[in-house]
Amino acid sequence: MKRARKGRGFPAAGVPFLLWTAFFVAIPLIYILCMSFMKRAATWGVVAEFSLGSYAKMLSPAYLRVFGESLWLSVLTTGFTLLLGYPFAYFTAQLSPKRRSLALLLVIVPFWTNSLVRIYGWMILLRSQGVVNALLIALGVIDTPLKLLYNFGAVLVGMVYALLPFMILSVYNSISKLDPSLTEAARDLGAGKWRAFWSVTVPMTRAGIMAGCVLVFIPSVGLFFISDLLGGAKTMLLGNLIKNELLTARNWPMGAALSVVMMAATLLVIGLYQKLSGEKSLEGIV
Amino acid sequence: MEDVLLSLQEICKAFGETEALAGVSLDVREGEFLTLLGPSGCGKTTTLRIIAGLESPDSGRVLLRGEDMTGWEPNRRPVNTVFQSYALFPHMNVAKNIGYGLRLKKTPKEEIRRRVDEMLGLVQLPGFGGRMPNQLSGGQRQRVAIARAIVNDPAVLLLDEPLGALDLQLRRQMQTELKSLQKDLGITFIYITHDQEEALNMSDRIGIMNEGRILQLGKPDEIYERPQTRFAAEFIGQSNIFTAEVAGREPNGTLTLLYAGGVVKACGEGTPGERVTLSVRTERIRFGEECRYGFALTGIVRAHSYTGGMLRTTLGLSDGQELIVSGMGGGGDRAEVGETVHIYWKPACAAIVERGDQHEARA
Repeated sequence: MKRARKGRGFPAAGVPFLLWTAFFVAIPLIYILCMSFMKRAATWGVVAEFSLGSYAKMLSPAYLRVFGESLWLSVLTTGFTLLLGYPFAYFTAQLSPKRRSLALLLVIVPFWTNSLVRIYGWMILLRSQGVVNALLIALGVIDTPLKLLYNFGAVLVGMVYALLPFMILSVYNSISKLDPSLTEAARDLGAGKWRAFWSVTVPMTRAGIMAGCVLVFIPSVGLFFISDLLGGAKTMLLGNLIKNELLTARNWPMGAALSVVMMAATLLVIGLYQKLSGEKSLEGIV
Repeated sequence: MEDVLLSLQEICKAFGETEALAGVSLDVREGEFLTLLGPSGCGKTTTLRIIAGLESPDSGRVLLRGEDMTGWEPNRRPVNTVFQSYALFPHMNVAKNIGYGLRLKKTPKEEIRRRVDEMLGLVQLPGFGGRMPNQLSGGQRQRVAIARAIVNDPAVLLLDEPLGALDLQLRRQMQTELKSLQKDLGITFIYITHDQEEALNMSDRIGIMNEGRILQLGKPDEIYERPQTRFAAEFIGQSNIFTAEVAGREPNGTLTLLYAGGVVKACGEGTPGERVTLSVRTERIRFGEECRYGFALTGIVRAHSYTGGMLRTTLGLSDGQELIVSGMGGGGDRAEVGETVHIYWKPACAAIVERGDQHEARA
């Protein structure tokens, strides 16, 4: 009885955490939410006057197109990272312990360099006089340089490149925990290699797949520097839009409203993840 | 040999530097319960995995009804395995687990349901089809694993220490159930264990394995009573192992040997003057001076150790060596410590497990 009562009270040790959450999470969020329902001031800042203007504006085709394009890019990014990351993680898990750590190190090493610098690296590779074009011309595959930079494809390549490690690591995490005797049992019971893979390995690593998808999808919606650098002015994504509204157009309510929508979309994805994976906590993706 | 179902021929397998199997040959008869018994690392699991096709041998062949299946993929082999860890699919319920093999064979749904129910009844888990593996106890998982394998009607069922994870009481019960299941279904079992009691209790034949070889293959009583190697004598049961010098041979074929200042008798091969190693089971030694077998040793009781059903008595012999004798301790007619006693054994109970020439070859 005593114990149960104790459990219901708020422990003193939790106070710092509560303060931390309040200052760095709750208050900024409420601030953003409030701001999104205000009006833009003529010169600077906001006017404390209720308005749904920012949200109404979002329904215009220009904004909807950005939403659509952002979403499409995020879906493609998630798909491609899964397509590339799963086999990589699968074969890494079969390696000897020594080679396995080497392979995982190779996945992690790029993190030691600033991601902006790495994206500049892609610009060097992809531009008209860049490495890829030079190579293709030298091999005689093409005569004139291909336009590889400043388009949707370049942004997709950059996104997949930047987010692939997250997919690999979360998928690897669940593949490495897979009991090899399960696939052996499937083979023993008459399943061919592919059948065993689809009926046992994939379902057993679903948690890792889902976690990887969430970890890739969510940041991909908000990343703006990749499309800034590789997409040129043509590709406008949700992240760019928010940045522009806040810093360039100085339309803070609009920026706030877009942020709120993005957050809602993110929560929706996490909710979907929880429902599909049957996972109640988010421990699977951390 | 009659009715050979599965035949292993000179199987060798190494993992890197470690030699797991050093030429294993074995004929398994139709319908028999054959156990491979040995300590961990002796190669018994590797043998099983090679039969299942989960491991391929470096050399040697695996024949099933005379047909070479050495290179076959595991899914093409008409054998099924009960894994040590059960390896039930955690994302499928019991019925789905059991029906897995049938679904792969495109068996009609109705037929699958009927067969699965039949299997659940057979392993005494009726109505458990909807449960998930994590909702089952260890013993129940074990039964599901067995059902999942035998539903496919395998020519040979391979069992890799299937009872290892169960507690003693459940293990005894499952031993009986498995044995009667095997008899009823008439499926050939190849069973792996490091538990000698399990092996002796269940098997038609036992193969003793050590260091990648089958040292001795025979019926449980042959293995127990007539161990051919020192390893077999030490690994199964409790034996007194000692060296003696062959003195001569009696007209009926019994060997007489010099040991501890006296004469003892044994059955086996040996030439006069040769030093051989004898194994005598502790419970085969009897107290008494009667001359039924024409010999007796004298010793002094050094200690008793009471282990419930059995009383183990340590005897000191005249030359300082010790022998252990075990017998029923309850009678109250036990010799006191310090008392002088006489012992003897039936010559057939003393097995020669090493001979002089083998001794030298090893050294």
